[in-house]
Order: sequence, then structure tokens, then C-alpha cells
Amino acid sequence: MAYSLKQQVSKPERFAGGHRLCAGCGAGLAVRGVLRALKPEDKAVITNATSCLEVSSYLYPYTAWQDSYIHSAFENAGATAGGVEAAYRVLKKKGKINDTFKFIAFGGDGGTYDIGLQSLSGAMERGHDMVYVCYDNEAYMNTGIQRSSSTPRFTDATTTPVGKVIPGKPQNKKDLTAILAAHNIPYVAQTTFIGNFKDFHEKAEKALYTEGPAFLNVMSPCPRGWRYEAEDLAEICKLAVDTCVWPLFEVESGVWKLNYEPKKKLPVEDYLKKQGRFKHMFKAGNEWMIEEAQQFVDEKWESLLARCK
Amino acid sequence: MARKDRMSGNEAVAFAMKQINPDVMGAFPITPSTEIPQYFSTYVANGEVDTEFVAVESEHSAMSTCMAAQAAGGRAITATSSAGMALMWEMLYVTSSARLPVTMALVNRALTGPININNDHSDSMGARDSGWIQLYAETNQEAYDNFVQAMPIGENKEVRLPVMVCQDGFITSHAVENIELLEDETVKKFVGEYEPEHYLLKKENPLAVGPYDISNYYMEHKKQQAEAMKHAKPVILEVARRFEEISGRSYGFFEAFEMEDAEVALVLIGSSAGTAKETVKQLRREGKKVGLVKVRVFRPFPMEELAEALKVVKAVAVMDKAESFSACGGPLFAEVRSALYDLENRPKAINYVYGLGGRDICVEDFAMIYDQLFEIGRTGVAGEIYRHFGQREQEV
Amino acid sequence: MIKKASEINETTPWQEMTLGGEIYEGGTSALFNTGDWRTMIPVYHPENCKHCMLCVPYCPDSSIPVVEGKREDFDFMHCKGCGICAKVCPFKAISLEKVGA
Repeated sequence: MAYSLKQQVSKPERFAGGHRLCAGCGAGLAVRGVLRALKPEDKAVITNATSCLEVSSYLYPYTAWQDSYIHSAFENAGATAGGVEAAYRVLKKKGKINDTFKFIAFGGDGGTYDIGLQSLSGAMERGHDMVYVCYDNEAYMNTGIQRSSSTPRFTDATTTPVGKVIPGKPQNKKDLTAILAAHNIPYVAQTTFIGNFKDFHEKAEKALYTEGPAFLNVMSPCPRGWRYEAEDLAEICKLAVDTCVWPLFEVESGVWKLNYEPKKKLPVEDYLKKQGRFKHMFKAGNEWMIEEAQQFVDEKWESLLARCK
Repeated sequence: MARKDRMSGNEAVAFAMKQINPDVMGAFPITPSTEIPQYFSTYVANGEVDTEFVAVESEHSAMSTCMAAQAAGGRAITATSSAGMALMWEMLYVTSSARLPVTMALVNRALTGPININNDHSDSMGARDSGWIQLYAETNQEAYDNFVQAMPIGENKEVRLPVMVCQDGFITSHAVENIELLEDETVKKFVGEYEPEHYLLKKENPLAVGPYDISNYYMEHKKQQAEAMKHAKPVILEVARRFEEISGRSYGFFEAFEMEDAEVALVLIGSSAGTAKETVKQLRREGKKVGLVKVRVFRPFPMEELAEALKVVKAVAVMDKAESFSACGGPLFAEVRSALYDLENRPKAINYVYGLGGRDICVEDFAMIYDQLFEIGRTGVAGEIYRHFGQREQEV
Repeated sequence: MIKKASEINETTPWQEMTLGGEIYEGGTSALFNTGDWRTMIPVYHPENCKHCMLCVPYCPDSSIPVVEGKREDFDFMHCKGCGICAKVCPFKAISLEKVGA
């Protein structure tokens, strides 16, 4: 069925207001976008890694989730969701439940790229029928903007501060989506908040309704950590895809597919200059940083194009 | 009708698991508990149980799987030892504070380092404050019996706490002994169905588990947990009473062996009780009034009951198969000694840390300790109370 | 034991609170007012609105109600005034203004 935004937003809301995410937080969009892809008649159990999202969305006695929800710890959303799904399979087999449930885990980049990677990898390899969604805001925002392996090179984060001898984070961003694709699971995709959410929605729907494990990596800007005006979220996301910093692609049963190719690939500085975390890159004498950032994006982009041929 | 068999402690516990037919097992291999998931996965492979066996990539994920499966409305079990349990550490707390009655078969092994695969109690003793009920076994029979009793205790609505069923690595887990097994149907009926009031997969209403609990609520939830542990005491005794009806075997918080008229006594946990009982028998034949208290339930700690049992003696040696590096005694000692405090005429108490990393203890050793206790009883002087037993010493 | 989130508050004794911090209903955060966080406020101009719905998925706070295919005015109890909606609206149907201005 063709995508209709009007139809999709007419569904009952599954993520209530009154949660404590910061104004303009991308995580709220990611959650709403994924839950919107559920069929209204299907139930869901949400697993959440410890994160901004977790402490904001289930602060006793206030849960923002209309569905069942479980949070256990930081590094184990994969195993936790897998445990629920395993119980579902056996309870269904025993005839104790007859509803259809979907299993969705949400983790930030810290809980997914770093401390939760082992648990995620294990759950994907074991083939649990679940979707793991990483809302990637490129640092440990919950504890105060410390660098993660998802943080891009040169970022001014609180554990990679720009100093006299070190110009921000020394390492490049880890390619987690490719790592998940290498698990040979049925569905892996990368998306963000673009246009009318068609790309996001279709990927969330495929992830939910493809049998077996699926992984969605969603770039979810954090106005506080990235230092931009909260209202500019959509513009930041658009620049991320038009500069090819965050390409939109999917890997379905091992087949790589590019979902969006910018008509004109914009220079990476268009994206960087909108954000305070990259401000130092624009100081006189630091041109090499922008050059090297551009080089990294170009290399990744070319290799993605090659994979998608 | 019960049937007799010969089994190791690991096989006995795995057999109890099969008879219970739980919903989910999440487990990871580690010596010496590995055999339990091995046996169990064979039952799964042969269709003898309905259980989803989740062969996870770490013990942290094992406990995460179990905690989540239990929250979902299933019965979840695991088995582990030593460093494996240490990797679950965080999840032990998460599971008990979420009030999810997961059942764990713990095969006690020294907690590294240096690495050592043999028995002591440092793994579970370290976890004594994690909010889990702890049952300990002397024999494979007791390990089996405790496992059968674990779920009716933990799942009781007044309790809702996870249970750790401990046995001694290799000594109990691998040694093959005679055992009396209950019939499958008897176990099934005894353990019953798991019927939580709320669970994640419930049709009627959603459930949210594991909140961010701010200071305004956290203390109240901890108080609830503390009360649940108190509620567990009568429940443990009631389950033991029902268990005696089906098995003829009687259990309490501890076993008081030859304590009625004892002048001195040992307090210990686990398989060493077998050797200590032999010592008691020998010394009794010599007319020496010695007794033994073998602790079965360490959490909740049977404080008043232990004091009552020990009030008759002049001197007691508390034997810890775990160090706590407090510089003043092991964990069992600290609690037993505290239990004695309110007695009008309290016995002198000394502590022996022994058996670490599988170091053996034998009848002569216990006899020597009893002799020391008689001496303390006679003189009223305890001397150094924090002692270690069985290590080589430089001659003075 | 109290079962409803709306009845649990900072005066509830431990005996009355849900075990382990469980909650047995969905969406109880709606009881909590986050509207007072606002320093900026979105103002809806229905005369310009084409009900294209573009603003709706961009709201992190689920504060743009949709009823029978039409968006309604904001849920001001939960809207935090981030202003993303105003920026994505192609028809000037939302303006962002200072609170109390």
C-alpha cells in the first residue's frame, strides 16, 4: 500500500506526551516514527537500554509508553528483548497467549555502538524476531555529552574536548550499520527524519514485519549536544543526507540498496557549520580538519555506492 | 512413588529442571555448572520439555534473558558459577528489585583471581546482599530437593524474589551419589503453574517494568524488598512442610546435628557438613559433647533461630568458605556472631576461613577445631578470633 | 496496594506503592505537565493550514492532535515549544513566539 502520511498520523498515538525528553529531542521522533509503523491491532513490548530516552519516558509512576515496556540495564537491550521474545514463543506454543506481539528495543548510540554491542550482536545472531532501533545522537548525552564510538572525528565532546594539543575526538565514527549487515540478518537499514517520513516509515514497517531480527539505525539529532537551535532539526537531518554524512540505505537479505542519492552532493562543511560541536574546525589554520572530514565522507560514500551496485 | 537413582549434583538439578518444565532457560557455559545447561539442552533437543533454551553470548545476557522472560510471564531459569555469576552482578540486583522470581542453579566456585575452578563460596557470598534468596545444599539430594522447592518460595505473592540454589562445585556437582527422585507428576503438582498477576504479554493491560526511580520513591521500593525477604521466612518453612509430605525429607533454615546437649559447635555451609558430621559421630563416641549447625538458608538469614540453637554451647567456631577481606572475619561469621549478641549468656565465637579454591578439610581437622573450642570453653579465652585454616605457615 | 499512577505521589506510603516500581497502565506520563518548560510557544494559524500533516511526525512531544484527518490546536500541557513544527510547516500555519509576549 502506498505511503500516506495523513493515514499514518491518524493512527492512535502510542507514545504519550509528558515525557521528560528535552525540547526538540530527536529520540521522541524516532520512537513515534517506529511505533507508527505498527498495525494498530498488534501489541508490542518495548525494551529500552538505559539512556536519555529511558530515564525520560518511564520515570515512576509516569510511563510515556502505551505498550508494555521493560528496562533492565544499559548494555543488554538485545538480550532483554530476546528474553521477552523467547517467553512469547513458548507461551504461545503452550496456548497461554494468543495475541500478536512485536518486540522493539530502543538504545542510544552509547548503549548500542559501545556497551550494548555484544548483547545486540548475540541477539541478532540467535535470530530473535525483534527490531533493534538505535537512536544515534553521536555521544553519551544522558551523562553529559561524552564521546562514544559513534561520535564523529573532531567533535568537541566532554571527554574529547578541544584542547591546545588535541583538536576534539581523534577517531572516526564506527560504521555500526555495516557491522549489523555483516550479521546476515534479514533486514538492516539506516534512516533519519527527512521530508514526510516516507523513508523512515517504510523502513520501520519492513523491520517490524520482516520475520527474524532487524536493525534500524536512526540519526537522531540532539540540540544540546550538537549545539544547534532545537527548531532546526529537520534542516540538520536534510544536510546530513545531502552531504552524504548519513546516507539512507537498506540491506535486505544481504542485498544493499541506496534509498536516496542527493541531486547535488553538498560539501560536508554545510553540515558541520550548523553545529557548535564542530565550531573549532572553522578557525583559521584548521582547514585541514574540514578537508579530512570531507575525505572520510567521500571514501565511505564511494564504498557504499560500490556495495549498492 | 519415589525412585532411586545414581546421579551427580549437576544431573540431579538438571533433572529437577526437566520435571518442572520451565518456559525459558538462558545460560552460558562455565565450569563447573556447564553440565546443567548441557543436560538441559539434551532434554530440549529430544522434545522432553517445552522450554526455549536461549544459548546466550555471556552470563550478563543470561540473566538479562531470564529477567525479561520472567517479566514477560514465563518461568525462567539459569545455571552458573563464579566469574559467570560475577558478570551477572548488575542483573542480580535488577532482577530482585524488579521482584522477578527467576531461579538460578549456582554451582559454587572460587571467584577469581587468580583463576581457580574449584569450590568455595566466594561467588554467592559476594552476592549475599543482592536481594536473592539463597539455599545451600550438602548433597546432591539436597540440591535436587532445594531446586524443587525454589519456585514455590520465590513465586509466592508475599515474596516475589529470585532464588539461588547453591551446591558445591565438583564436590557435589560432579560426584555421583545415590539419590531419591520424585515422580514427574508429583514435582509438577508441587511446583504448580506460574501465574503472575501482571506480565508484559498480558492481554488486558500493559505492564511497565524497570523505571527510573527518583529519591521520592526509591526508599519505599527498597523497604518493600526488605519486607519481602522477611515474608520469605515463613514461606520457606511452609514449602518445606509441604515438601516433607511428598518426599519424607525434612528441611528448615538449618540442620542442627547433635545440638541438644552440645557444649561446643561448628556452624558451616555446604558439603563440608558431611565431613564435620563424621567428626561429630567419632567425638561423640569418645563422649565429647560436640554439635554442628549446617546452614541451609543464608538469605533470609535465620537470626533468632540460629541464636536459639546456639545458646546451649560454650564456644562456637563459624566456618567460612569465603573471604570477605574485612580484616575481622568472613561473612557467615559476621552474621552468626551478630545473631549471638542478644543472648543472655552468649557463647565465645571464633571464625575460621577455610577451603578456599578447593583446599581440602578432613575429619582430623575438624576434630582439632573442636578441641580448640573445648579449650576456649574451659578458659573463657577466645584468643585470636579471625583465623585461617589449611594454609601452609612458616614455622615460628 | 494502589494500582493507578494518578493515585501514586510523594506522600504514598511504601505499603501502598506498586511492587518493584511497576505500572499497570499505558501512557501515564500524560498526567505530567511539561508545558511549563516552554520559553517559546507555537501559535497555530488554522486559516493557513492545509492539513498536510508534515508538522505531526516532527513533534517529539506528541502534541499535535489529529482528529479525522485534520490537525487540531496544540496540546499545550505537553508542548515544550521546541519550534521544529513551525520550521517544517510549508504554509506559515505555525509561528513561533516568545511566551508571554
